[in-house]
Amino acid sequence: MQNSIVRLVEASKAFTTPEGGSVTALDRIDLDVRRNEFLTLLGPSGCGKTTLLQAISGFVELDDGSILIDGEDMTDRPPYRRPVNTVFQNYALFPHMTVGENVAYSLEVAGVAKQERREKVANALKMVGLEGMEARRPRQLSGGQQQRVALARAIIARPKLLLLDEPLSALDKNLRQAMQIELKTLQNELGISFIFVTHDQQEALTMSDRVAVLSGGRIQQLDTPRAIYDHPVNTFVATFIGASNLFEGTLDGDRLMTADGMSIRHQPCDRKISTKATALIRPEQFFLAEDNAPFPTIDVDLDQIVFVGSTFELFGRTAEGRKVVAEVPANRRSLVGAIEQSRKARLAYDPSAVHLIGERRGA
Amino acid sequence: MSIASRRRLQLGLLLGPVSAFLAVFFLGPLAIMVVTSFLAPGLYGGVEWTFYPHNFGRILGFADPMFEEFDPIYIAIFLRSVEIAALTVLATLLVCYPAAFCIARLSERWKNFCLFLITLPFFTSLIVRLFVWVLILRQTGLVNEVLLSTGLIERPLDLIYTQGAIILGMTYVFIPFMFMPVYASVEKLDWTLVRASLDLGAGPVRTFLRIILPLTAPGIAGGAVIVFIPALGNFVVPAVLGGAKVMMFGNLIEQQFLAARNWPFGAALAMMVMSVMLIMMVAQVVLSGRRNAAAALAR
Repeated sequence: MQNSIVRLVEASKAFTTPEGGSVTALDRIDLDVRRNEFLTLLGPSGCGKTTLLQAISGFVELDDGSILIDGEDMTDRPPYRRPVNTVFQNYALFPHMTVGENVAYSLEVAGVAKQERREKVANALKMVGLEGMEARRPRQLSGGQQQRVALARAIIARPKLLLLDEPLSALDKNLRQAMQIELKTLQNELGISFIFVTHDQQEALTMSDRVAVLSGGRIQQLDTPRAIYDHPVNTFVATFIGASNLFEGTLDGDRLMTADGMSIRHQPCDRKISTKATALIRPEQFFLAEDNAPFPTIDVDLDQIVFVGSTFELFGRTAEGRKVVAEVPANRRSLVGAIEQSRKARLAYDPSAVHLIGERRGA
Repeated sequence: MSIASRRRLQLGLLLGPVSAFLAVFFLGPLAIMVVTSFLAPGLYGGVEWTFYPHNFGRILGFADPMFEEFDPIYIAIFLRSVEIAALTVLATLLVCYPAAFCIARLSERWKNFCLFLITLPFFTSLIVRLFVWVLILRQTGLVNEVLLSTGLIERPLDLIYTQGAIILGMTYVFIPFMFMPVYASVEKLDWTLVRASLDLGAGPVRTFLRIILPLTAPGIAGGAVIVFIPALGNFVVPAVLGGAKVMMFGNLIEQQFLAARNWPFGAALAMMVMSVMLIMMVAQVVLSGRRNAAAALAR
């Protein structure tokens, strides 16, 4: 058995715009989705993530390249002959059918006997926490419940792959967070691969085994959430995921010199990197420097101090006029109180936490 | 004045004129028809003021044994009218349903243009448009001339004055009536539901039968009622395109009033059509009412 459940080879797709131009939605994408993996396609709107999902489900025909699902070539197969099911963004529940009929739909189409159908529907509804709701109409349910029905309907036939097209975007924040955990649990229970599309980086980091960051129809980076967060391959990924402070300049030993004269320390590494590079320091890697601390520091004038519950967010400006964001745990209240008075802060950082992004790598 | 009584006054003022109009010009004549249908026909037209149920008897089988006899021809004509009206509904649906899908997918500008084209026939007199069909269908008409000149046929075909000609003419007349309700429900159709069905493994045919058809059924039902009722009572189309050969119920009623001068019998015939239509309407309202009630409950 191969390790990959979906394989895209040089998948390309361009759309023509009404003005007669052409937009590249997928630019020779190679992608391997592993068995039993939770993979998230993450990117801003228009990056090609939905097109990629629809290419896998069969609603978008590729201009070039091929798609294999479980080793079988699916490139020219219509959606209804692919072993893949989708949870749609607006749920797409059939309004003229009951919850039970909705969930049973794919089984009915496949010709499964009534008794077996009933058992499987009860089972699927149980999995999503909607026991005994068979006779309800979709419209009688809340948004979260409709979401669960859509989920039950998509998993009941045990597809080889479940596609989720921004399914949580219509839910409010608390429900969304609860569903994120539930989806992850469900995926473990079912043992099938999930491909999840979202533009919400928090969602991507929370749920995924791996995240593919897309932009301009290309996969910018495909890796675990931690690797993507800690070691983004380019500035697009660095800025799209999490808040970031970027300092571009030239490398000189264990220092990076910016054009406006700042000097950022970093840990010299063996990685071959061009002399021009960008240093990334995440806001939470800054801490408020106490005297005599053996760490390099950056002095900033504070514009804004924002309390967000667990942390304080400090928005400052260096002497060179560069904006810097730092995050300080809320339990350092006394320190924050002091800098609130002076409107000045000395931000320290550990050179080993500075990530260097080489120029033109992968971009 | 309380808000509730002000509401009532507003409602009264808004509905007053139309209620008065309908009472005088709709309920009044209707009452006259009902009364007339139970009176005896006068010898030289007009009515005799005696209760006389045999007008209905002549149609249904308990005719006045003295002067008249039961003739099943009236039921036969009625059934044929139902058949023609039903076929008209079917034909208009076959034209309008696919067209609605095409037009619903056009851009806003083309959509409006197409809708304008569909209402365009209303700008011309119905009679004029029907006589154009006479020119097309008659023995020396357009269709026969073209077919003769290309040598496909040797003798002209009998196109006009047939049941087919009536159905063709009625279909032509009633297409806009069918199109509007059908289009309204097709345009609202949520295409992600169609995608969901395909995604869940249903092929195009099953997706049509299980998703598209049920979701557009209200429009089809509405169009069917709006076309069936006037088609059943129509007498202009059969008069022009059916000639003396094919008679519909509408022509029969017209004859009883204008030619045979038997008003009570004509009124009884009209009552027959009306009661059948009423039963259909009530059935439709009850059925869709049940649907709506279920939907309301769902909300």
